[in-house]
Order: sequence, then structure tokens, then C-alpha cells
Amino acid sequence: MKNYRYVARSKAIAARALGDETMVMSSTDSTLYTLNEVASVIWAAADGVTPLDEIVATKICAQYDIAPEVALKDAEALVEGLAGHGLLLLSDQPLVPPGNSTREAS
Amino acid sequence: MSGLVEQMAAKALKLNIPLSVQLDLTYRCNERCIHCYLDHDDHGEMTTAEIKDLLDQMAEAGVFYLTISGGEIMMRRDFFAILEHARARTFCVNLKTNGVLIRKKEAERLRELGVERVQISIYSHRAEVHDAITKMPGSFRQSIEAVRFLRAQGLRVTMANVLMNQNASDYQSVRALAKELDARFIMDPTITPMMDGDRSILNLNVDQTALREVFRDGTLVGNVEEFCATPRGVDTEALDLLPCSAGHTACYVSPYGDVYPCVQFPLPSGNVRRTKFVDIWRDSPQLKEVRSITLRDMPSCSQCAHGATCTRCPGLAYLEGNMRGPSSQDCEKSYARTGIPSENYKAKRASPRSLQSLNLVQIQGLQPAVRDFSPKVPEASAAGASL
Repeated sequence: MKNYRYVARSKAIAARALGDETMVMSSTDSTLYTLNEVASVIWAAADGVTPLDEIVATKICAQYDIAPEVALKDAEALVEGLAGHGLLLLSDQPLVPPGNSTREAS
Repeated sequence: MSGLVEQMAAKALKLNIPLSVQLDLTYRCNERCIHCYLDHDDHGEMTTAEIKDLLDQMAEAGVFYLTISGGEIMMRRDFFAILEHARARTFCVNLKTNGVLIRKKEAERLRELGVERVQISIYSHRAEVHDAITKMPGSFRQSIEAVRFLRAQGLRVTMANVLMNQNASDYQSVRALAKELDARFIMDPTITPMMDGDRSILNLNVDQTALREVFRDGTLVGNVEEFCATPRGVDTEALDLLPCSAGHTACYVSPYGDVYPCVQFPLPSGNVRRTKFVDIWRDSPQLKEVRSITLRDMPSCSQCAHGATCTRCPGLAYLEGNMRGPSSQDCEKSYARTGIPSENYKAKRASPRSLQSLNLVQIQGLQPAVRDFSPKVPEASAAGASL
């Protein structure tokens, strides 16, 4: 049972959209990750105030032919994985990390 | 580079995205290094607001790797405001500094802001040699203290050693010092001409004997046999090789907003005070010309045995007067590596001509912001150089 609803990008990262992918580097250990197109959509929407299920409904299911419950399950696996690497923050409350009101390059 | 980094670079090249930018905040400096290629006066640096706006533009354009350098970056009182803005725009930030102004408080702030790496120039393990190069008494002690402050914060540090006659025998000890301080060590054996075209500082470059010694040091170059192998010549595939990332996925912005393909390639390509960064990147005739050049277009290098393996710097070639020509300093390095002279080297031997008589490019970038950017190759004089 997940104990979070909100996802926010950590401030301890560097990130940039590159075409339909996103490069994300952890400031902690300099590991570079790339997110595919769908993961990039979730990443860009992870503002700390939009619930994950809303992100999935409005940004994923509206654009991709996928069942909502499957999309949400995949999205949860993604954000939990990214949180495990310190790239995303998860919370049951809305959160905006200080200094992280970033504007992602489109 | 890791596979992933290479993939990202290839994608950026395909999408025409400036993946890496070096932004110099100032040319002012608290040191006066004998080999420095800059003048240290302020000719009208960008304001804090201008730099923040430029950072916004660069983020929009897709810049990921941002190297903030100078001059000495901490000579700008707004340095941390700029860095904070850069990190809020999620750049991967590397800093180049002499470290003299980095104490515990500054190191803590750099850690808080998530700087990727800090590079500090260390010229010798001997304070008197380092200080004689920087012309700043006490600078060795202060720079090494900075390395310690930064490492204590867990920040990644590179100690950069520039090889010249004054410190030619010291690099191994500097490397040992880096190891002791848990810092990365890099060494650059090339002194480049000053940005105003003055080549007199090239006299500081080490000679062939010292270069050969460096290139045969397995602890530096890895597999010596491979590194110094006889060049395989230029095949058809090699003719389509791009010289380097300058202008392709990388560029340089001066403290005055001038855009160049690289810090070492001072071809004026636009100014962000008059034109949006992304428009310069996409539409500058100068950058387009740089992008159009492959090995096939280089009359001398395409015929040279070293053509496919040379470290030829197009910026140094440009500084010699022809961006499609050879870079004599890299010809020197190829010769030191392999013992086989380049085509350019052979031609020079056959028809010796001092660089003083060459039509050297006078760099335009050190003038006030309002000026004509039409391509120019003005007459210039060199203060003397030897190769």
C-alpha cells in the first residue's frame, strides 16, 4: 500500500529534456539517468502539488492508449525507483522543495 | 565517456542542441599567472540580471552541462546569486577557480547548491614554484586549503596542472598530492596563445623532450604502446570525422556576452546582448561554418598520417589563421607521441617560416559590447613565438 500521493523533483539533481527524453544526474553520486518519453512526462509534471494519480490521468492516459490502473501502477513503480535513487521526493502531503520551483526546458 | 553520455552527446548533435556551455563570468582575477591567455580588465561584464536571463535562455535551449569559469569566478560579488540561479534551472554545474577565495563558508554553500565538481589549478607541489607562476605569494597555501575545505564537504575536486617550463618536473608530485587530498588529477601540456593574439606566452611550452616523456608515462596515458602507436592514416570513413564538439554540441560565452564555438576557439559568432542565445546557436553563420567542416575539408590534415588520430584543435588552427588548417601545437604533440612528423611539420621544415610572419588572427572579443560582428580577419602582429 503506497503511503504517498505527491511527487516532486529533488533539488539535488541536474536535469534537462533532450528531445523526448530527459537526462537526470544525481548530484550525490554523479550517476546519469535517462528517462524515456513517458517517464519524462511524469518527471516534468512532478511539481510536488499535483497528485500522482492526477498526473497519470491528465498527462498519461489522455495521451497514450493505456488503461488507467495499469498506467498508475507503472507510474508508481517509476517514481518509487527514482525516489530510491534520490531523484524524486514522495509525500502524502503537497510539497515544493525550496529552490526547486524549476522551469524545465521544453 | 560512458556509453550513456556518448548516447546523449550523439542525440544532442542530431537535434542541434548545445549540450555544454562554458560561461566565463569575468576576466578579472586575483592572480596574474604567467601563462594566462586573458587580459584582466573589465570591458563591460554582463550584469547579474543579464546573466540570469542568459541562464534562463540556455536552459530553454537545452544546455545541460554548464561550466562556470573566468578569470576568477569569485571576483564577482554576485557569484553565489548566479550559481543559485543556475542550480534552480537544474544545470549540471562545474566550476573552475583558483580557490583562493574559497574558505569553509564558501565550500559549505557550494555543497548546499549541489555543484557537480570544482576544478582548481595547482601548478606545483612546491609553494615557491606555484606562487611564482601565479605571481601571488601565498596562493599555493590558499588553493590547497580550498581543496581541503571542498573535500571536507564531500565535493568532488579536480586539481588541474598546466605543464610549462617552470614546472615540467613537478607533475608527478602534484598528482601524488591530489591523491593524498582525494582529488582527481588532470594535466594539460599545452599553453595557448592569448586571446588578443599575442603568442609570446607560447615560449612557456615545454619542449619535445619533455612532451615525449609525458606521453610515455603509462600512469598518465594508460597504454603507452597504444597511445604512441604509429598513426593508421586517413581512410574514407575518417574523412567525415568532426573535429570536436566546439560549435556542434558546445560553445562558450564570454563575460561580455560574446558567443564563440569554444573558449579556445575565439571566432566571434554573436552576442547575447543583442541576439537570443538560441538564435545565435541555430543561425550564426560562423557556427554554421564551423559545423560544416569535416576532416575532408582540411587540405593539409586530410593528407596527413595523423589525420584520423590527431588531437587537432580547430580553435588553435583558427588562431594560426585558418580554421581548416593544421594546429601546429597539435602537430608537435603528434610528433612527440609517435615520432612521425605531420604533413604540416614536414612542410615547415622544408620551408621554415617563423610564426611571427604569419597573418595571425586578432581576437575581437575584448572590446565593448556594441560592435560589428561581421566576419573579420584583421591584420595582426605577434610578439614572437617558437615552434
